Amino acid sequence: MLEVQSLTKRFGGVAAMTDVSLSFESGSLTAIIGPNGAGKSTFFNLMSGAIVPDSGQVVFNGENITGLNRAAIVRRGIGRAFQVASFFPSMTVAENLMAAIAAHRGQWGDLAHSFPRQGVRTRALEVADLLGLADESDTLSAKLSHGDQKLLDIALALALDPTALLLDEPTAGMGPEERWQMIEKVQRLWAQQRLTLVFIEHDMDIVFSIASSIRVLCYGRVLAQGTPDEIRANPAVIEAYLGTPETDEPA
Amino acid sequence: MLRPSLARDIVLGILVIAILALIPALVPSKAFQDFVIRVAAMALFATSLNLLVGYTGLTSFGHGMFYGLGTYSFALLMQKTSLSLPMAFLLTLLITAATATVVGAICIRLRLIYFAFVTLAMQMLLHSIIISWVGLTGGDQGLQGGIPRRVVAGFDLGNQHTLYLASGVVLVIGLIAMRHVVASTFGTSLRMIRDNEARAAFLGIVVWRVKLAVFVLSAMFAAVGGVVTSLFVSGAYPELINWPISGDAIFAIVLGGIGSFLGPLVGTIMLTVLNDVVTRTTEYYGLALGIIILVFALGLRRGVVDFVTERLGFRPSGGVS
Repeated sequence: MLEVQSLTKRFGGVAAMTDVSLSFESGSLTAIIGPNGAGKSTFFNLMSGAIVPDSGQVVFNGENITGLNRAAIVRRGIGRAFQVASFFPSMTVAENLMAAIAAHRGQWGDLAHSFPRQGVRTRALEVADLLGLADESDTLSAKLSHGDQKLLDIALALALDPTALLLDEPTAGMGPEERWQMIEKVQRLWAQQRLTLVFIEHDMDIVFSIASSIRVLCYGRVLAQGTPDEIRANPAVIEAYLGTPETDEPA
Repeated sequence: MLRPSLARDIVLGILVIAILALIPALVPSKAFQDFVIRVAAMALFATSLNLLVGYTGLTSFGHGMFYGLGTYSFALLMQKTSLSLPMAFLLTLLITAATATVVGAICIRLRLIYFAFVTLAMQMLLHSIIISWVGLTGGDQGLQGGIPRRVVAGFDLGNQHTLYLASGVVLVIGLIAMRHVVASTFGTSLRMIRDNEARAAFLGIVVWRVKLAVFVLSAMFAAVGGVVTSLFVSGAYPELINWPISGDAIFAIVLGGIGSFLGPLVGTIMLTVLNDVVTRTTEYYGLALGIIILVFALGLRRGVVDFVTERLGFRPSGGVS
């Protein structure tokens, strides 16, 4: 179980996150929605250790992980992928994953052995296969299609054997058809790997079709939470978010 | 067990040394031997800088301070103490490592332009200390009086032919060692930091430690180049630690290619040839060199080795070998 309690974060005078308390059941598939500037990415940054909250706690499987650095949080099993695909462009897909696995195994300072050490490549190809990237394993990652780069980003997080995975807009910048292919992969991954999966998404059709529960953020506060049906019927959500015409913005 | 590429590097290195050993028998030329010694020293220095610039994305403008520190430490240890040459060599590496740890700890957290300029400032500081401390360093006259006790295991490094061969051996060993660094998992961490520092941190790499480690390592390799120079010039001179020496190494990298391991070596050879040819025909060395650098930067948009490897269809920019 991943939960945050009374999380608050200010950037200068701007309250990016105010008293947010949320929990994500182990093995759940949760969508986070909210208009631009709602604090969705900030929320991910707080949970993954990229930024430290001013007050409040992040608790993972009963352990308080607030204020731990990124590496320590990764070691505890929380992986994340980024809104803008984040990877190592001078390396092939396989090298990206091998580098991630070697780093995760604590070999990053190893001067004695040549790269990759035993077993790393095999594991890298397994991870590539999970996301359907096996055929691209020797492709330079900078030359992958946009969609495959997003998959590689997720694969890098998966290479660290997370139990919880935070996906910041996995379908950002994709066409309608590509979006559904991506989200099918994410859903399959969640089922296969028994992950606690939290994703940020703007496409309401996608959100309502795959999420088992939804959290709505607005101006750094929790506006609503519940099942898709509950969210659809929630007057506050309709007023603040669903009722207004959907914009196609990056958050 | 040796990995195959290391075994190949070693065989190649032995071959190069054998060829260097044969050349004086065929073409006895003092000028050529001088040339090789100068190239060996500068290539170690330039290749070590490329560990920072090309492989880690840390553009240091002050790397020459460690090359210069190598010449001064070694020459001073030989003159002022009774240590043997190998001991003085090892102690030089230790002094350089300690200095680089302090300088690195200050600079490593700075970004891009700030890192470049603070490293440059550090070098200027060290240079002015050496210029002012006349009693120890000879000030702007340099450290004169030669290097004593040059005979190591029966080899007299005061003899030009012996120094020529020794420089070749040191260069080959230094290059193989640096090659091993970039082919290790640590070397992969360098590329990860260069490509995407934030993601590298998210994958569990403690970025500052890797940066500091490579900063110290590269400083030590630069100091090895400095020791070779010190033996060649029989002392140490302020020009060897002044800031333009860092520029020379950067020129060598730009000319040869930032993305290829041997780029800095090829660049050093080109730069040394240019220096010798141009200074013989004109006093406008800087002008001629500037034009040539512009041709490479604007024409090829990359170094020679990068250009050739790309044309041959290999992957550029320090890919995993």
